[in-house]
Amino acid sequence: MLGNLKGLLLTLKVMRREPVTAQYPDPSKRLPIDKRFMGFPALLWDNSNDEPFCTGCMVCVRACPTQCMSAEMKDNPKFADGTSRRRKIIEKFEINLSRCILCGICVDVCNFDAIEMSHEHELSKFERNGARAALPQLLAMGKKYQAETTWQPKQPEKNLGKPPEKPATAPQPEKVGGVVTS
Amino acid sequence: MVNIQTQASNQDSLQAVDMMLNLGPQHPSTHGVFRLVLWLDGERIVRAEPHIGYLHRGSEKLCEREDYTQIITLFDRLDYVANLNGELAFCMAAEKLMGLEVPDRAWYVRSILCELNRIASHMLFYGVYGLDTGAMTPILYGFRERERIVLLFEAVTGARMMHNFIRVGGVKQDLPEDFVQRVNKLTDELKRGIEECDQLLTNSELFLARTKGVGSIDGPTARDYGCTGPVLRASGVKEDVRVSEPYGIYDRFEFGIPVGSNGDCWDRYYIRVEEMRQSLSIIEQAVKQMEPGPIQAKVRRIARPPKGEAYVRTESPRGDFAVFLVSDGGDKPYRVKVRAPSFANLQSITHMLRDAYIADAVVILGSIDIILGEVDR
Repeated sequence: MLGNLKGLLLTLKVMRREPVTAQYPDPSKRLPIDKRFMGFPALLWDNSNDEPFCTGCMVCVRACPTQCMSAEMKDNPKFADGTSRRRKIIEKFEINLSRCILCGICVDVCNFDAIEMSHEHELSKFERNGARAALPQLLAMGKKYQAETTWQPKQPEKNLGKPPEKPATAPQPEKVGGVVTS
Repeated sequence: MVNIQTQASNQDSLQAVDMMLNLGPQHPSTHGVFRLVLWLDGERIVRAEPHIGYLHRGSEKLCEREDYTQIITLFDRLDYVANLNGELAFCMAAEKLMGLEVPDRAWYVRSILCELNRIASHMLFYGVYGLDTGAMTPILYGFRERERIVLLFEAVTGARMMHNFIRVGGVKQDLPEDFVQRVNKLTDELKRGIEECDQLLTNSELFLARTKGVGSIDGPTARDYGCTGPVLRASGVKEDVRVSEPYGIYDRFEFGIPVGSNGDCWDRYYIRVEEMRQSLSIIEQAVKQMEPGPIQAKVRRIARPPKGEAYVRTESPRGDFAVFLVSDGGDKPYRVKVRAPSFANLQSITHMLRDAYIADAVVILGSIDIILGEVDR
């Protein structure tokens, strides 16, 4: 008898409780994503110089255990102008997200702080090959990641593309004139 | 076909033929894709024959063409409910070959995570074993506890299952700042959770009727079959690699090895429940002893172990998980052989199923706690 009442009391308690489950795409009911969560890899944007960090060196492409990436580099037009320190820059980059195993090896091997495991994790697409993310999409993912988190390049002095300030280049005209100042 | 007809037509030689029954490979109670062929005499099993290989992915061969950082991802996928224990075994083999001295803090991080993974794996066993014996509730409780551990893994490694966290010479990242606080809270919750699970299933009359005295195997026979881990310990053999051949920092902890006496399904089940309690005590001791320090030994970016071979044994949740690594001095191993505990434990099923009832087949199979990813590799 007492046991039955106890059981009933529990049922009544649970009955009044708010449901813990939620309809999936409801944005307000999304579970929080952990800081270290490893979603799909994304390419990051160098805000100091308004270009991607990636130079297309292909280190990540070679280190990937599933060969889910491909990359192509080109000469950086901004380098020719003298507005960037990056000699080469990424031309094409593709990651097959359905092939990626989210291991994070590409992030470990990158020397340019160019790739990071973003918080993107949803894989449903409308087209059959929609999971093949090309450069614009990867950069958009990276920008979103940078806006949501406090991501900073690990080696800013080496990897930021902004060329040194004018004072360093100012003495150049004197050299052209052949005047050597000691 | 012709033989059967002649047998049937000949009245004198008419005899009952054992019925052959396929259990699996798509049967949901076989814990993956595993085929068990049973020969039945009425309800009794006369002979059982396990057929494996449905989940064969060629992991060992794949290891020969991938470098040492990439292989860790393959070891994640061998024992896919105790990923970190698999990673640890491979990294230890490579470290032994390279003669690396792994920093203390890295070992504490590894031990804490591996013991948590052991609890998560046993919790999964607990829930699924409830299902195998016909109880629905345990899996909800088991998964609730496992979820707490998996969430902590996500905060530490960034992934719930395939972590790729343990590295040759250390670990990938240091623990997050609030880790000690979180793990203390987690151990408190798990303590309560384990007691709750224990009360729910262990002494239930129906559960006892299904498991007590079912599928017994004695110690020497289990040894002969190469059983290790809970399956061997349930048969009364006190054998645990963490104690008999301590690796890492396991000699700094005090913990008991639960040993059974009957070697039946209930003993195999209860040893795992008891092991969870011991793992919790290891975690508590490790968190207390842990001090700040480096988490990675100095290793060149592309690891090239010297020519030679190494054999390393570790205690995974399922038993003696060992890796044999042969290197020819290059950046890829020459040969990797995995001694999977599930594979050896699974062989003993032919012994356990002999003369058992067909209704007990699933209960006995479940009590071995096989992971097909590891059996087939």
